[in-house]
Amino acid sequence: MADANQNGTFTSTSLRLKVGLAEMLKGGVIMDVMNVEQARIAEESGAVSVMALERVPAMIRAEGGVARMANPKLIKEIKAAVSIPVMAKARIGHFAEAQILEAIGVDFIDESEVLTPADEAHHIDKHAFKIPFVCGARNLGEALRRIAEGAAMIRTKGEAGTGDVVHAVQHMRQITKEMRQLTVAREEELYNLAKEHGAPYELVRMVAKNGKLPVPNFSAGGIATPADAALMMQLGAETVFVGSGIFMKERATPLDVENNQKEREEAVSRAKAIVIATTHYNDPKVLAEVSEQVTGTMKGLAAAAIEEKELLQTRGW
Amino acid sequence: MTDLSSPRIGVLALQGDYERHATALEEAGAHPSLVKTAEALTDLDGLILPGGESTTMLKFLDRNSLFDALQGFTRHKPVFGTCAGAILLARQVSHPAQRSLGILDIAVERNAYGDQRDSAILTLDAEIPPATGPEPVECVFIRAPRIASVGSDVKVLASRDGFPVLIEQGHTMAATFHPELSADRRIHNRFVSLVKSAKISQ
Repeated sequence: MADANQNGTFTSTSLRLKVGLAEMLKGGVIMDVMNVEQARIAEESGAVSVMALERVPAMIRAEGGVARMANPKLIKEIKAAVSIPVMAKARIGHFAEAQILEAIGVDFIDESEVLTPADEAHHIDKHAFKIPFVCGARNLGEALRRIAEGAAMIRTKGEAGTGDVVHAVQHMRQITKEMRQLTVAREEELYNLAKEHGAPYELVRMVAKNGKLPVPNFSAGGIATPADAALMMQLGAETVFVGSGIFMKERATPLDVENNQKEREEAVSRAKAIVIATTHYNDPKVLAEVSEQVTGTMKGLAAAAIEEKELLQTRGW
Repeated sequence: MTDLSSPRIGVLALQGDYERHATALEEAGAHPSLVKTAEALTDLDGLILPGGESTTMLKFLDRNSLFDALQGFTRHKPVFGTCAGAILLARQVSHPAQRSLGILDIAVERNAYGDQRDSAILTLDAEIPPATGPEPVECVFIRAPRIASVGSDVKVLASRDGFPVLIEQGHTMAATFHPELSADRRIHNRFVSLVKSAKISQ
C-alpha cells in the first residue's frame, strides 16, 4: 500500500514521478491518434499528449472483433514524430502488452476497457512498472481500487466512441459526490465505507481528509465538442481525453487528413477549439468564439441506444 | 499602496501544474493568482511559468497577443520558469527548435534526458541565497530539458552532470526540475525575495 504525506501526496519515489507526469498534463487535452499525420495535427493544435492506437473507439465499436494493443511499430513512428508525451493502451489485465509498451518507451499506459479485456478478475499490478498508468473508473470504489494497484491517474470511463457525453458526466458526478460524502463522514464510519466502496481503508481515509483523489482525475468517454470539454472541466475534471471526437467523420469513417485538405482543416478546427475550451472552460465568451470556429462535428451515437451488453464501460472490476 | 509582506505573484495557468506552484507560493508567503489572459498580468509583482507542455503553452501565447504581453512583463518584473517555463524563457530552444520569449541568456534542449523512463528524483548540491554555500536540495526531474549553455550574466546555482539545472540572471530564475513538487520551499522563498527587492527598487 502506498504511503502518503500530510498533503495527501504519495511519498515513494516511483509514485511521485508517475503522478508528477500526470500533474504536468493538467488543464490540457489528450487526443487519440491513429497515424503520424494525426499525431502532428494534435501537437500543432496544442494537445498535451497523444494516445497512439490502431482504431479509435468509434471504429472498434462499429467493426467489432478483438481489440488489442497497437502495433509497436506504429507507436514508435508516432513517438518519433512528436515531442509531447505518447500514451498507448493495453488490455485490462494484459501485463505482457504493458511490458512491451514499457520496453518501447511510451510515457503513459492506459489499461483500457476500450480494448477487449484479457483477464476477467485481475487488473495489471501497476506498481511493478516504471511507466505510469491511467485507468478508467465509474465510481469512487473503482477509482481507489485502481490507485491501490498503482494507477497514477484516473479518468472517468464515460462511454467511449459515442460522441455522447452523458456517461462521462454521470461518472464524474458519481465520483465527486462520493468524495464529498466521505469528507463529512465520522472517523469510525470510514471502515464501513471502505467496505462499501470495496476500496482500501488507507485510500478512503486519504480522500476523506483531502476531499480529492490522491492522483489527478481526468475525464474521458464521449467528449466531442468544445462545450463538452468545458462541461467536464466545470464538473471537476482536471484534463480531458478526446477519442473519436476529433478525427472521425461518420460513425466508423475517419476524416482523411492525409489527402483531403478540407477534411484536414476540419480536424484542425475541432482540435484547436477543444484545446482552447479546456483552458478557458469558465469563460463562456471564449467558448462561444471557439465553438463558432468548428467546421463539423462527429455524428455520434446516442449512448442510451446502446444495449447493456455492448457497453464498454462495464468492463473492469 | 505597496504591501511588501505579501507580494502578488501570478502563475501562468494555460496548462500544467500551476496549482502546485500556487500552493508553494502561498507557503512561501506570497499571494498567488492564476493568469490566463494578458489583462490578468496587470498589478502583478512577479510571475511563475510552470511545468507542463511548452508546445501547448506556445499555442496560447500566439493568441490575443499574450506573447508580447509576457515579453513586456518579463523584461521589467521578476519571473521564474520551471521545466516548460524555463524553455519558454530561453534565448534558444532545440530538439526540436521552437519560438521562445528570449528573456534568459540560455540555450535549452527539450526532453534531453529521454522519456518518462528516465525521469528521476535526485539530491543535488545547490547554492540558494541567502545561503552562501552549497547545500543539498531534492530535484524532481520529469521529462526534463537540459540547459546546454549559459551567457556570462547567468549565475548557476546548481548543476547535474556538469549542466546547469537552477540559474538566475538578474531578477529572473529558471529550473529544469520541479521545486513545486517537493516539500522544501527554499527555492520559492528565494523567488519571493527577488520579487520583494524588485518592488522596493521600483
